[in-house]
Amino acid sequence: MNLFTPLSWNDTGFILTGILNTVYISVVAIVIGSLLGLLVGFLRAESNKTVNVILGTFLDVLRSVPLIIQLILFSTFIGVMGFPLPPFFAGAIVLSLYTMAFMSEVFRSGFNSVPVSMIKAARSLGMNYLQTVRYIRIPIGMRSVFPSWLGVAQSVIKDSALVSVIGYMELLRTAEQLISRTQQPLMILLGVGLFYFMISYPLSRYGKYVERKMEI
Amino acid sequence: MIEIKGVHKSFGDLEVLKGIDLTVNRGEVVSIIGASGSGKSTLLYCINAIEKINGGNIIVDGIDVHDKKTDKNKLRENLGMVFQQWNSFPHLTVLENAALAPQIVKGFSKEKAEEIARKELIHVGLGDKLDEYPTRMSGGQQQRLAIARALAMEPPYMLFDEVTSALDPELVGEVLDTLRLLRDDGMTMICVTHEIAFAKEVSDKVAFFHEGVIEEMGTPEEVLDNPQKERTQQFLSKVL
Repeated sequence: MNLFTPLSWNDTGFILTGILNTVYISVVAIVIGSLLGLLVGFLRAESNKTVNVILGTFLDVLRSVPLIIQLILFSTFIGVMGFPLPPFFAGAIVLSLYTMAFMSEVFRSGFNSVPVSMIKAARSLGMNYLQTVRYIRIPIGMRSVFPSWLGVAQSVIKDSALVSVIGYMELLRTAEQLISRTQQPLMILLGVGLFYFMISYPLSRYGKYVERKMEI
Repeated sequence: MIEIKGVHKSFGDLEVLKGIDLTVNRGEVVSIIGASGSGKSTLLYCINAIEKINGGNIIVDGIDVHDKKTDKNKLRENLGMVFQQWNSFPHLTVLENAALAPQIVKGFSKEKAEEIARKELIHVGLGDKLDEYPTRMSGGQQQRLAIARALAMEPPYMLFDEVTSALDPELVGEVLDTLRLLRDDGMTMICVTHEIAFAKEVSDKVAFFHEGVIEEMGTPEEVLDNPQKERTQQFLSKVL
């Protein structure tokens, strides 16, 4: 009896699910991480030193501990505490917080890039504090950091492969299962690598293009 | 009417305004001249409540600007201000720059806000730039945009803080022409300026600031042509 069967067209649906799951968890982490990052970045730009030191330490921890360790720690921790979550949720929470840690720095520098004199000009027109945030500081600050934002988003897509270690069926985990069945690691991993490249490369080119355009 | 009575303002230990008294009536153009650091710009910031004061009162149309109960945002709708740096909003077109505040502050519909903005932009000579982005324009054009943006709030008073100081010399003229236009419209204006000839031409009243006090005040003829105080004479001999 043959234990191993080669890759066939019947696997297409399986691979596609892996791809979609990768895209899904990446998009969720980027959206939640960006929204939280916007909030935390704003807090950091507006707060005094004490708040900044506390927030900064927390963010430093998130940025410094390797993502793979955070994933295993978190999923083990909630398991031990008696609240096991499906791999998707556990992964999405950790990946979102990790994304937030990087996005908050991006957005903070964006908020700081809006000149004080421009905010004063907006206030002199009668805008209140929240209106200057909503109509002036967010749009101007965010525009200037768009290339950096894209850079973080791009690395989140790649980092999402690590969520495979806690059992989420994203592309890499799908690939591993196919490898164990077909014993064709080279071809399958090349394919997976190519997929990440095809997503990442255009994003990074686009980021560079926007950056160049903004310099003019 | 803007009434400034005994205004004191300090930044830390540094007292920048040491008891300023000045009244500006509707329709009047008042120019404030003086060396850098004499407190001219600070006074404008205090009138607009961008800076707090440490003593005295500023009353605009009967409303005490620095009273805690005063709605500062409401007040600023009546006090248009243009700064040394034009601070165009780079993410908005020229028309959107001028229409934003009427829309979100006054709650006008987009159509109405844009109608007012368009009118003011045409008035300052930017009628052909409505859909441009301000970063593509010269400093003089951006400063005229800043003026139109303030005018679109239809304020009875305009405060100008050295609006030509950051401009290349060849662009100063077009901005001064715009200010002349406003004077002819009967706008009440306070202009902090280094353009002595311009101050002489447009002002009803000139105030010379020196180290936080009004050293000399009067008609342009009195202050600029026949200054009585030695400090004024020294200052004018340096700048003219």
